[in-house]
Amino acid sequence: MKREPVKYALLVAVALLAPLYFSGGYLMNVLVFVGINTLLVVALNLLLGFAGQISLGHAGFFGLGAYISAILTATHQVNPWLVMLIAALAVSALAFLIGFPVLKLKGHYLAMATLGLGIIIYIFFNEAVDITGGPSGFSGVPNLSIGALVFDDDVKNYYLVWSFTLVVILLAVNLSRSRIGRALRAIHDSEVAARVMGVNVRLLKVQIFALSAFISALAGSLYAHVMTFVAPASFGFHFSVELVTMVIIGGLGSVYGSLLGAALLTLLPEMLRAFQDYDIIIYGLILILATMFMPGGLVRGIPAVLAAILPKKQERG
Amino acid sequence: MKRIALLAIALLLVAGLVPALAAQAPIRIGALFAITGPASFLGEPERNTAQMVVDEINAKGGIKGRKVELITYDTQGDATKAKQLVNKLIKNDKVSAIVGPSTTGETMAILDDAEKAGIPLISCAAGSKITDPVRKFVFKTAQNDSLAVARIYEYLKKKKMTRVAVLTVSDGFGSSGREQLKAQAANFGMQIVVDDTYAPKDTDMTAQLTKIRGSQAQAVICWGTNPGPAVIAKNARQLGLKLPLFMSHGVSSRKFIDLAGDAAEGIILPSGKVLVADLLPKKDKQKQSLMAFVKDYQGHFKAEGDHFGGHAWDATMLLRQAIERGGDAPAAIAAELEKTRNFAGIGGTFSFSPRDHAGLTKDAFVLVEIKNKDWVLVK
Amino acid sequence: MNLSDQIIQFLLSGFATGAIYALIGLGFSIIYNSTGIINFAQGEFVMLGGMVTMFFLTSLHLPLPAALVGAVAITTVVGVLFERLAIRPIRKPTPLNLVIITIGGSILIRGLAMLVWGKDTHAIPGFSGEEPIQLGNASLLPQHLWIFGITTLVIIVSKVFFNYTISGKAMRACAFNPRAASLIGIDVRRMVLFSFIISSAMGSMAGFIIAPLTMTSYDVGIMLGLKGFCAAIIGGMSSGLGTVFGGIILGILESLGAGLISSGYKDAVAFVILLLILFIRPQGIFKRADSERV
Repeated sequence: MKREPVKYALLVAVALLAPLYFSGGYLMNVLVFVGINTLLVVALNLLLGFAGQISLGHAGFFGLGAYISAILTATHQVNPWLVMLIAALAVSALAFLIGFPVLKLKGHYLAMATLGLGIIIYIFFNEAVDITGGPSGFSGVPNLSIGALVFDDDVKNYYLVWSFTLVVILLAVNLSRSRIGRALRAIHDSEVAARVMGVNVRLLKVQIFALSAFISALAGSLYAHVMTFVAPASFGFHFSVELVTMVIIGGLGSVYGSLLGAALLTLLPEMLRAFQDYDIIIYGLILILATMFMPGGLVRGIPAVLAAILPKKQERG
Repeated sequence: MKRIALLAIALLLVAGLVPALAAQAPIRIGALFAITGPASFLGEPERNTAQMVVDEINAKGGIKGRKVELITYDTQGDATKAKQLVNKLIKNDKVSAIVGPSTTGETMAILDDAEKAGIPLISCAAGSKITDPVRKFVFKTAQNDSLAVARIYEYLKKKKMTRVAVLTVSDGFGSSGREQLKAQAANFGMQIVVDDTYAPKDTDMTAQLTKIRGSQAQAVICWGTNPGPAVIAKNARQLGLKLPLFMSHGVSSRKFIDLAGDAAEGIILPSGKVLVADLLPKKDKQKQSLMAFVKDYQGHFKAEGDHFGGHAWDATMLLRQAIERGGDAPAAIAAELEKTRNFAGIGGTFSFSPRDHAGLTKDAFVLVEIKNKDWVLVK
Repeated sequence: MNLSDQIIQFLLSGFATGAIYALIGLGFSIIYNSTGIINFAQGEFVMLGGMVTMFFLTSLHLPLPAALVGAVAITTVVGVLFERLAIRPIRKPTPLNLVIITIGGSILIRGLAMLVWGKDTHAIPGFSGEEPIQLGNASLLPQHLWIFGITTLVIIVSKVFFNYTISGKAMRACAFNPRAASLIGIDVRRMVLFSFIISSAMGSMAGFIIAPLTMTSYDVGIMLGLKGFCAAIIGGMSSGLGTVFGGIILGILESLGAGLISSGYKDAVAFVILLLILFIRPQGIFKRADSERV
């Protein structure tokens, strides 16, 4: 019995039908951002979960995608879909080039280099006022459209973003089960062993870094068109750390885990809003407790919890 | 037959009651403030003030007999959150009008949502592009930065100083100030000889000030919010910088004097009149509002009301007047807001028009100097 | 004022800021060496140092020395509690899981500080007044001397501790190889607790010596923690002089960048130089290249 297609079909069905429940409410709007964050977390998980390479600068790639889309479409009136492609290609080319020196580094040096990269990009957004509008942001980004269909409300944006998200999830699942996925996991376990087995470790790491940047930039372009406004504060060091948190809380190396991590940490602040000033304390506590009791992330923790609650099911398996 | 008649009477009664019930439903007003996060120095007094004003309105029986319900959300100064929450206010809470957000960036992010939904928005942020170009449903109460810049340049011109160094913080507040400082320099015959910035959390600005000391500048203008300017004041004192130091209205609260201590002496800054309410002449139109606000805030929060809270006071009061005149339909509120003339508030005397949704003139600001740890009006 | 005078001032200011980064960085590397954790809550220990001092001074009106001792004591208690409640109970820790726990911990500590002391920024008076000291054409505040003094003292004490005491040597053994250390009878978990005690105490000292210059508020830990982290990495995560140099290099780069190149891009300038150094020497600045363990 092939479980993978069933799982994916289920996800598609849930994603397509969700608006029937939430339509009209603002939760719809939050779900749009869950979709964008899922794209980012899947992208980072390819790097961190599969290849075992940390990046503390992914918010930078996300931001580059967003700013390139915003500036080219609003200031220079280029076709937004074309810009989206240009942005993704440009950002992944950049990642490819800097990937060679950066991914030569290991452990905390890699963390430091990617962190530095993210901060340099952030400072550029903030300081290049003539191009980016500086700290107060850049407004007037048009909505995306196909013919007469303009993606200007939450439901339309939801379908727009989630069609990208679902495609990327499918690609990532397939990638992880392919030869490349196995090679990546080999790198994760031992680079030397992978090299001995004939994997071009250096090139593969850089390629996956570029792919990860490509998806992040795509998410950035979508973000810019959904928000119609971009500001540097959305692409700072914090957001990079938040993305790493989403990957780990969801489950390292699991594509569906990425979805869970992104969904939980995007929805959580909304659920905690009722606690007002206490919300960040509860948020911090949940992070600690989730990691303590679900060290493998939600994707492994939830089945374990279910199994504990429903002991019968375990016997059958 | 009898039953039908009874039913008819019952129906009539219910029908008669419906408008009466509706009249008692509260008027829902939304508020978006940066209560936590880097802009909490704005959001917290704004939230406090808005809630205080609404409580008072309700204590006096509401607006035309209807209670006001204020629904406040914390944006954490984050544009993405502001965007989500403005949607929540409009779609889930179905508010008639919105007060806030606190910062220009957040306001720019949500302008179109409010405009599209036709819900009046009174921003508490200062950026002039919020109301330029004018949008039908978007207003603001914070004084434009350009007015504050004009006050400082006027003073410098009077003192025959023409070469200035500007040192601005690299966030929304600072970059907006920097833009205005550069844009208006020529009009006042000013020459900017040093144009430097610092990051909001920087801990040492002696490098920038050393550079300024080595330049031809005759005065230093610093644009930022606490704690940066206090660090700059201390650094300037450490370096023995003799140039007159000007700050922005971003630090016009007692907090700045507390933080900078002795280093604050002699600093001049533009401020809303709330800071010097008791020094104003009796004939000043705003005096009554100002004194009431200061006393009220002191009573509620044991802290000095500052002009940030004042922005929320003005926004809420403007809304109250508009609703009193035209009811709580969003379109009517926007139309009535636009007809506001000579409303003496905290930030200044507001007169909106179809071409002006900011509503203030440069007399909204006064120049004050810090002497003996207190404010003195500069004539 | 000529350029060379300016440069002396840049160097002095950078040196002072760098000393603080070094002190914070040492806290990072000590915990990293004994546990393999990058402790994102280190910045919050720094924040607590400043905020608790402020609280003792202004609310309880304690004399300064008592307030400082109290700040170190309370921060250390927080460090111990954090290790006991959040780090130790984890059965199968992976470094990444532990990192997320420290991120959670830092959010929690910051949130509690916000509730207790509010969101305002607070000032602390200089330990020995605020009258500037002239050194030729450059100047310093008395507080800078405190910074140099306390940083030097901490470095000497930690050097002595790690090289000449049983506990210190045991901690170094754990850092080198925890399995082997436990085999020869070193209680590794106790050493982890020790490392949290030392780091939180160091963090709080960094917090209160810098507070008179920069003010303090519940959220100062974020930026200071980040800078300390960078200092520790430039120094190769060494718990000795490497990190100290790392901090000072970072401080001086920032100050020179702001003064000579562009104040807006000063952090970017510092990071570009750091990246270039890492690209040329991927094994770190202060480390010899060692062969990879398979």
